[in-house]
Amino acid sequence: MLELKDFCFTVEQDGQSKKILQNIDLKIPQGRFVVITGPNGGGKTTLAKSIMGIVQPTGGTIHYRGQDITELGITERAKLGISFAFQQPVRFKGLTVADLISLAAGKKLSTVQVCEYLSEVGLCARDYVDREVDAKLSGGELKRIEIAGILARGTELAIFDEPEAGIDLWSFNNLIEVFDGMRRRTDATIIVISHQERILAIADEIVVISGGQVVQQGPGAEVLPALLHADYKYTVCKGGMRND
Amino acid sequence: MTDLTDKKPVFDKITKDLLAEVAELHQRPTGAYNIRLNGESADRNSTANVQIVSKEDVSGIDVIIAPGTVGESIHIPVVLSESGINEVVYNDFHIGEGADVLIVAGCGIHNGGAADSQHDGMHRFFVGKGARVRYVEKHYGAGDGSGKRLMNPHTVAELAEDSSMEMETVQIRGVDSTIRRTDAVLQAGSTLIVREKIMTHGQQLGETHFNVEMVGDGASCSVSSRSVAQDDSVQVFYSNIVGNAACSGHSECDGIIMDRAKISAIPEIVANHIDASLIHEAAIGKIAGEQILKLQTLGLTEQEAEAQIISGFLK
Repeated sequence: MLELKDFCFTVEQDGQSKKILQNIDLKIPQGRFVVITGPNGGGKTTLAKSIMGIVQPTGGTIHYRGQDITELGITERAKLGISFAFQQPVRFKGLTVADLISLAAGKKLSTVQVCEYLSEVGLCARDYVDREVDAKLSGGELKRIEIAGILARGTELAIFDEPEAGIDLWSFNNLIEVFDGMRRRTDATIIVISHQERILAIADEIVVISGGQVVQQGPGAEVLPALLHADYKYTVCKGGMRND
Repeated sequence: MTDLTDKKPVFDKITKDLLAEVAELHQRPTGAYNIRLNGESADRNSTANVQIVSKEDVSGIDVIIAPGTVGESIHIPVVLSESGINEVVYNDFHIGEGADVLIVAGCGIHNGGAADSQHDGMHRFFVGKGARVRYVEKHYGAGDGSGKRLMNPHTVAELAEDSSMEMETVQIRGVDSTIRRTDAVLQAGSTLIVREKIMTHGQQLGETHFNVEMVGDGASCSVSSRSVAQDDSVQVFYSNIVGNAACSGHSECDGIIMDRAKISAIPEIVANHIDASLIHEAAIGKIAGEQILKLQTLGLTEQEAEAQIISGFLK
């Protein structure tokens, strides 16, 4: 499904090379719910953005469904069936929620169809359809609209970059239900960047990234207990709040 | 309704296209209307409550709306389809007390020749006590002649106590040069809302002037301009809101700048009363890179993303 080989990302900082991702080898099979976790600054977001093509690697390759997509741009990857939910959703003056969800779906949706996607993420749909996706919406509302857009896209691969960041506890509970629903109803591959125990708990597979490298990878049932162990150097967040 | 070709005068395709563009007229409208074509009134209809009368001293019309008229719409589009026409038109709207009406204006110029075509429209609104008016105007230019398409709309609004006026003004394409003025005086309890959408391209020049004076307690106004300047076009936005009473005013200028274009926003808010509350907001910048990235992740190309952002912004 998705395979990264010897994947590297290096930036120049103060005249020196800084390795953000180092020789990542990662295989993610079709239909898996994979949570990528690890300490802040470890390279998780860079890795997620690299899969979408937002960040171009400085070394290595990336294959999606057998095709080398290393050189492909964002649009081409999106058309191949990759979705990306931003950690901080983008605001637009003028574009309404209905416009954005329709763009995500790739076709003009009826109000009823838009409402269905919004209802799935716990938004009282009629109140939102015609609202602009701008600064008047709260962080939690934007986040849910972002996720509704991913549902509308209905792609084979969906990447969520820290979906829990900036949302309240109620939204967080709803988020868990959305992910659970997605994995039960579709055969899509879902990659979530997260620190949250409750998201890690529903993972088929957990990948721990630290210092730009994969330091641990395996079935969720095996990896999570180790991460929760008191002696483990990286703290997983419990409940709905960040504590790292 | 009657099809525009069913009744004399017969309008040609250019005229019909322009009428559709500026006033969304595909047929003769119901209610009162006046269609001005190439410097003359080409067709007109008055109703029991709305009288349209030609002015005698200057070119233009008086639109007299009886007090208490509710739910009627008045269409007064202007079309210049011949090259080289230069006209100044004075239209006055007398909106009776307690009326609630929609007025759709708009000017379309098709210039296929070498001479400049120019329409300067002076629209004065006398909005009676407690009356409400929604005024929509759209300006549009077309034609591949070398002559310029020039439009200078000037709107004057006098709002009586407890009246309200909502004005939507749109200029999307094809006008080479425009100076747009809106002057309003607001009495107690009256409300003015103005929303301007403007896009310039090529070598075009667009200048907007908003002057609003609130003289009565409880008056309020909100004037906003959303603009996109492309290519080498230049836009200047002036707004001056004066509060002479216990009132509230808000002006806003949002501009997207592209290519080598220039946008200036020159706001002024003047509070002459302790309870006048006035706000101005202005933001000018290019399309945010993250907005394009986001739409690309939905499968749009960079060009498609840009077009979506602009059309949404100007919607």
